[in-house]
Amino acid sequence: MAKRIDVSGLSAYYGSFRAIEDISMTVEPRSVTAFIGPSGCGKSTFLRTLNRMHEVTPGGRVEGKVMLDDENLYGAGVDPVSVRREVGMVFQRPNPFPTMSVYDNVAAGLKLNGSYKKSQLDDIVEKSLKGANLWNEVKDRLNKPGSGLSGGQQQRLCIARAIAVEPKVLLMDEPCSALDPISTLAIEDLIGELKERFTIVIVTHNMQQAARVSDRTAFFNLAAVGQPGKLIEIDDTERIFSNPSVQATEDYISGRFG
Amino acid sequence: MSTLVQHPSSLQGARLPKWSPWAIAVGSVAVSIGLCVATGIESKIQWGLIAALLFVFGTYFIAAGVEGKRQAKDRIATSMVWVAFIIAVVPLASLVWETVKRGSKVLDGYFLSHSMGVVSDTEPGGGIYAAIIGTLEQVGIATLIAVPIGVLTAIYLVEYGRGHLARAVTFFVDVMTGIPSIVAGLFILSLLLIFDMSFSGFAGALALAILMMPVVVRSTEEMLKLVPNELREASLALGVPKWRTILKVVLPTALGGITTGVMLAVARIAGETAPVLLLVFGNPFINNNPFEGAQASLPLYIYQQYANSAGSEAAYDRAWAAALTLIAFVMILNLAARGIARWKSPKTGR
Repeated sequence: MAKRIDVSGLSAYYGSFRAIEDISMTVEPRSVTAFIGPSGCGKSTFLRTLNRMHEVTPGGRVEGKVMLDDENLYGAGVDPVSVRREVGMVFQRPNPFPTMSVYDNVAAGLKLNGSYKKSQLDDIVEKSLKGANLWNEVKDRLNKPGSGLSGGQQQRLCIARAIAVEPKVLLMDEPCSALDPISTLAIEDLIGELKERFTIVIVTHNMQQAARVSDRTAFFNLAAVGQPGKLIEIDDTERIFSNPSVQATEDYISGRFG
Repeated sequence: MSTLVQHPSSLQGARLPKWSPWAIAVGSVAVSIGLCVATGIESKIQWGLIAALLFVFGTYFIAAGVEGKRQAKDRIATSMVWVAFIIAVVPLASLVWETVKRGSKVLDGYFLSHSMGVVSDTEPGGGIYAAIIGTLEQVGIATLIAVPIGVLTAIYLVEYGRGHLARAVTFFVDVMTGIPSIVAGLFILSLLLIFDMSFSGFAGALALAILMMPVVVRSTEEMLKLVPNELREASLALGVPKWRTILKVVLPTALGGITTGVMLAVARIAGETAPVLLLVFGNPFINNNPFEGAQASLPLYIYQQYANSAGSEAAYDRAWAAALTLIAFVMILNLAARGIARWKSPKTGR
């Protein structure tokens, strides 16, 4: 079910500004890969190129190849909409749909795509909410507005919404940066469970979090403000945090800069 | 006064008592009346203006004396806001009061359910049934034309429009906002003449639609811009196509605001007289068909009753009653819009 991502020679632009340059890496299926690096180094931009959300930004365009198993996401005739059904995303700030109930929020991906059977919907919603460790907290108020939940619950609701469409890959853009430590813990536990079923890529500013949840870690950096961001190295998390092969990574992790 | 006693603490200064603004207001009104009676100024408006000036400056000097300069500036700002508020509300309240007082004289079931027919303009009797029918039909048709076009234009501008075309559309919408209603009427009139057609409620509705469209575009545009981008991205990231995202996520989120905007636009065109005068012409008899023949309409009825009255009390009363009906119509629409906006707006309850 989970798929491998193979990126080669990828650059992303905002208009004429090159935000990331020539990135190549492999993301293994059924694992958690963390992106770390200073602000503005292009981690989030790179993440958004993996499900073609980058081009939603006006002026955004991408060069290079992203292979999802053996399909190029940027190949000719590829529909970004079907890419996004394969590669789901969770955003920095919880963003449940304000007009919809908890139930409808989880069912949104299926309902809005029009491809569902009423009888299956209840099961999918329950399964997704259980998968996001939220079922026990909301099962009695499925018809209440989703925006009435707490921040941590809202973020888990967004995760439930993302996994309800059964993507192959789940991208998370700083999913815990707006949450308290307890909610963060809940989400980190959840990431550990979800990696059994999905390929997970997570952007984080919290290095302890990267060390806790990820199997592999990629370090991004930029030479100077206005220069494009680059991938410095990607390796097993243990190695990155104990004995990285590049000096800049060690400097960043040990807090000598940034 | 105990409140004027200087406190020893450096954080506590002397404060005017809570009731002091009211006292100053009453005082300045009294002084103004006295002053005006003494000097023989008769205009009530001048009385009011003098009282307002006395209030603003009185507040400043009293506060400056007791509380200090900074608090005095604070109080002068507050008092000017209040004076501006009262200046704005007085004409509105007096207009509503005057219309209710004069309009309620002949406004009854008979007035609402009968038309002028053969009743002469100078005699009592008759009613506004034909005018109500005309206004409802013309405004209804104009809304049916203008709202879809306006909302779709706004969706284009916010969700799709880039570059020259979008800028041109925005520019022309701005220009359209400034079109005088008589010009919109003349534009449709020229079309009528070119195609050799005659007066009808539909022609009036076309002109009203021209006036309504830019208002709908503007308000819808603002409402769509208020929808957070995160919601669009959340929906797109679920693999929902853009058009469905707009239809199922963006529009429902903005629906309350869009409805309010549409209702305000309806209220604006319901009172338009000029294009109706040119294109609908007015009709004392009931004409239920908006596509053929002259129709009546409320604003036009008011104008005609006033213009053709020849000093007759009965015609004046009918004009006021029709004005009251029009105001009530617009107000009911506004209340309905607010109700819909509250009902449809994003829920935050737990």
